[in-house]
Parts: sequence; C-alpha cells; structure tokens
Amino acid sequence: MLTIDCPWCGPRTEQEFTCGGQSHIVRPVDPTAVSDQDWADYLYQRDNPKGLHLERWRHTFGCRQWFNVARDTVSHDIEAVYKMSDAKPELGGES
Amino acid sequence: MEKYSAFSLLKHAFSGHRNWPKAWRSPELKSHYDVVIIGGGGHGLATAYYLAKEHGITNVAVLEKGWIGGGNTGRNTSVSRANYFYPESTRFYDHALQRFETMGHDLNINVMLSQKGIIGLALSRHDMEIFRRWANAIQVQGVDSEILSREQIAEEVPQLNMRADARFPVVGGFIHRRGAISRHDGVAWGYARAADELGVDIIQNCEVTGLELSDGSIRGVKTNQGVVRTGKVAMTVAGHSTVVAAMAGIKLPIVSQCLQAMVSEPVKPCLDKIIMSPKVHCYVSQSDRGELIIGGGADTYPSYGQRGNLPTTEAVLNAVVELFPSFSRLKLMRQWGGIVDIAPDASPIISKTAVTGFYISTGWGTGGYKAIPAGGETLAYTVANDQPHPLVEPFSLDRFTTGRLIDEGAAAGVAH
Repeated sequence: MLTIDCPWCGPRTEQEFTCGGQSHIVRPVDPTAVSDQDWADYLYQRDNPKGLHLERWRHTFGCRQWFNVARDTVSHDIEAVYKMSDAKPELGGES
Repeated sequence: MEKYSAFSLLKHAFSGHRNWPKAWRSPELKSHYDVVIIGGGGHGLATAYYLAKEHGITNVAVLEKGWIGGGNTGRNTSVSRANYFYPESTRFYDHALQRFETMGHDLNINVMLSQKGIIGLALSRHDMEIFRRWANAIQVQGVDSEILSREQIAEEVPQLNMRADARFPVVGGFIHRRGAISRHDGVAWGYARAADELGVDIIQNCEVTGLELSDGSIRGVKTNQGVVRTGKVAMTVAGHSTVVAAMAGIKLPIVSQCLQAMVSEPVKPCLDKIIMSPKVHCYVSQSDRGELIIGGGADTYPSYGQRGNLPTTEAVLNAVVELFPSFSRLKLMRQWGGIVDIAPDASPIISKTAVTGFYISTGWGTGGYKAIPAGGETLAYTVANDQPHPLVEPFSLDRFTTGRLIDEGAAAGVAH
C-alpha cells in the first residue's frame, strides 16, 4: 500500500489515486511532419525502467489534479512528488 | 527416457518410488549453440521442443535465471481458453487450446487438463449486449460459445448470489465449454523433458548479463556461467523483456506490471466451472486439490516487485465474495504476484527484430500460459525459417508503426 503525498491535499492512500504512466512525454509539435516510426514511438514506446520511474498520477477521488511522482518500480518507494509544470527532479539513477 | 505410464508407476511402486530417473539432464553450458533461448518458462521450453521436433535443430540451449517453470509459468491461474474477439487472436489461441487437448499424449505427461468450461457473467443489460456480440464473433470463427440465460447460469452455478437484492445481479452470460484449467508445472516439466530427450540443453541458474552484437547481428550471449557463441537468440522472458531487449539495443512498447493470484484453503468439490466477470474483474475456479484459484486485473501501475498490492487483492476478493457469498467463509491460503509484460493493445508480440538473429516473444500480458504450445510452435518456426509463422504474422513488432493493432484490450475488456 502506497501513501502518496498529494501536492494539494497531503498524504493519502493509493486507493484515491490513478497512475497515468510515464511522465515528461512531449507530443510532437507538428504531427504531420513526423515519420510513422517517430509517431509510433511517441504513442507507444515507454521507458519501463527497473528502478526509478518518473510517472504521472491523478488524485482521482480527491482534488482530481494531475502531478508527477518519482517512484522505484521494485521497492515502490516514492522518492519525490512534484507538480506537472516542474522540471525533472535531480535524483540518483535518472530513468 | 523412461516412458511414464500406469505400468511404470506400478513398477516403481515395488521399489518405493526411490529409483525414478531424472526427468531431464543438467548439462554444462557449451561454448556454441545454433540457437540460444533466454527464459526457461513454458514458452522457452516449448520453443526448444518444437525447434528440435519440427525443425531438426537440436543444438539448442535454454537459459533460465532461476529454475524451470519458477516464473510466471508457475504463478498463473492455469486457465486455457480461445474465446477472443478478433480472428487473429481466436485462430492463435484456438490452435493453442487444440495443442493443450492432446498435450498429455504428445509429451507423455499428465497435464491434468480439465475442460470444465468457462462462463463469463453479464452483470447488466449492457454487459449482455456486448456478450452477444462477443459470443457471436467467436461462433463465426468456428470456436464454441453459447449464450446462457440467468436461469441456465443459476442451474450451472448454484452458489452464485441470485438474490433480488444482489449487489451484482447476474443477467446472463456465455459459456466456452472447451475452456480448461490444467497443471502448469506439468506443462513446464513436460516440455522440458521432451526437449531434453531430443538433445536440448536446459541450463538452470544461468542469468544472461549481456548480448554480443556486430554489424547488426547477434554473435553471442554473455551469462554468469560464461560466454556462448550463437547466431540466433530467442527471447522468451516474462516481466523483464524490456530489460533483455535493451541488451540488443531494442526498445519495446511494453510496460511491466504485477498480476496477482491467490488460493483459498482446500475444500470439497463445490465449483465445476471457471467463472469470470469482466465487469468486476475477477475470475475463480476450483483446482483438483480443492483450492479456489482466484485472480483479477493487474495492479494499476508499473512494477517489477513480485508481490502484488493490497488494494488490488481487496478489490478482487470483494468481487468474488459479492458473487459467491458462501466463499466469504473460506480462509485465503496463499497470495502471490508475477510481473507481466503488457503491450498497448494487450496482444502479444512474436516477431523478428531490427537485429538479425534476435527473435522476441513478449507482451503476453495476463494470459501467457494459455498460449504456451502455440507460442512455442510459432516462435520455433520464426527462428528456424527467419520469417514469421502465418499464425503470428499479425503479431509482429511493426504493427505499432503501421497502426494495425489487435486491440483485444478494448474489444473484450477482460482479463487476458
């Protein structure tokens, strides 16, 4: 069971949250200009690291806000919680 | 290899079953193989077996990090079924189910296949509408499926909560009578024993640490037991497929998540069907030992921790006891988790790759066990001929670029 520290509501249990997968994915500015391969990479390729993962979460049954979490995919330890507009945190073992 | 039979059982009874020969050898890793298979689960062992049996390639090693069948092959709920929605999937899984139906004879091992039939429960009028479409699609593809009324389900499964005030009222459903459970260890051991008999080396406790490439081709495999020269590598790992593929410089559209299963204490026979509900996402069947085998959806975030998280356990069990109130009196005996590779369309990937001689079988999501015979047979064909088996052409890696997905995740909305 995770306790996630929502930037707006404070610590709550994971049942109130939804994981939205890998964060910091940037949509190509002009989709018509990219190749099929690049578009497929944007849509489907994910880092899937064994270790630190930067991911989006939503406080679905709370404030409904999206934010970012840096979490270890083996231990599930949460290393950092930061806002969608924040830069990637400086942590050891960047994903 | 000694043939397993009632006679051999009787013969060994006279010596107290102390003199059974080993089911497979434990050879030293050689320095060269024609094909190296990474991952000694059902898929890897079946691939080795079919390479040797169908294609005459016997200089093959199966490298297993732990022990044979100790990964997801031994962690699943052992369901086989062919009731998929898209023809590509139905063709493939029906082929696998046919192989399961003759596996006991083919491999000379009792896999305890029990074709109890699998019932999907519709818990609303809308579920029922989707089920009619789904069952019809399966029938059109020549696989058995029958719509059942609420009354027929009440007769088939008397323990279901059919009260008027049930939280999840059963409206109807459909049954796939060839749906089965079997003995997953038997499947792993059967393929291991049969492949070993044909000359395949099964190397346990052998972890792959790297792949050697040059000019875009596979040259060798680095392991904790030494380096192996080979021109062909087949990757059949589960959970860590993105980690192993990265050793060949290949990125996969795969996310690893934990899938849980659990069993109750053993009780006398009380449930002779496999029951599943896509709506509340749980499934339950009873093993020959009497335990209720329970599963549900995967945990909802990426994970390599083979544990399973409590909220998912609770959600699955809530659903089961709402559907079967009498099961709430049972104690849970064991709960465990395995890491599954989930592709964006919830369909598998069996494919050649951009690296010559590197073949992959991954993306089995929550349903790799049922695919084992067909997965092994088609991957062996793909490796031997360096071109995809017709059954798995639609499941190649390039479907994510061409956009021709096989979106079973969206079509069925069920545990795969």
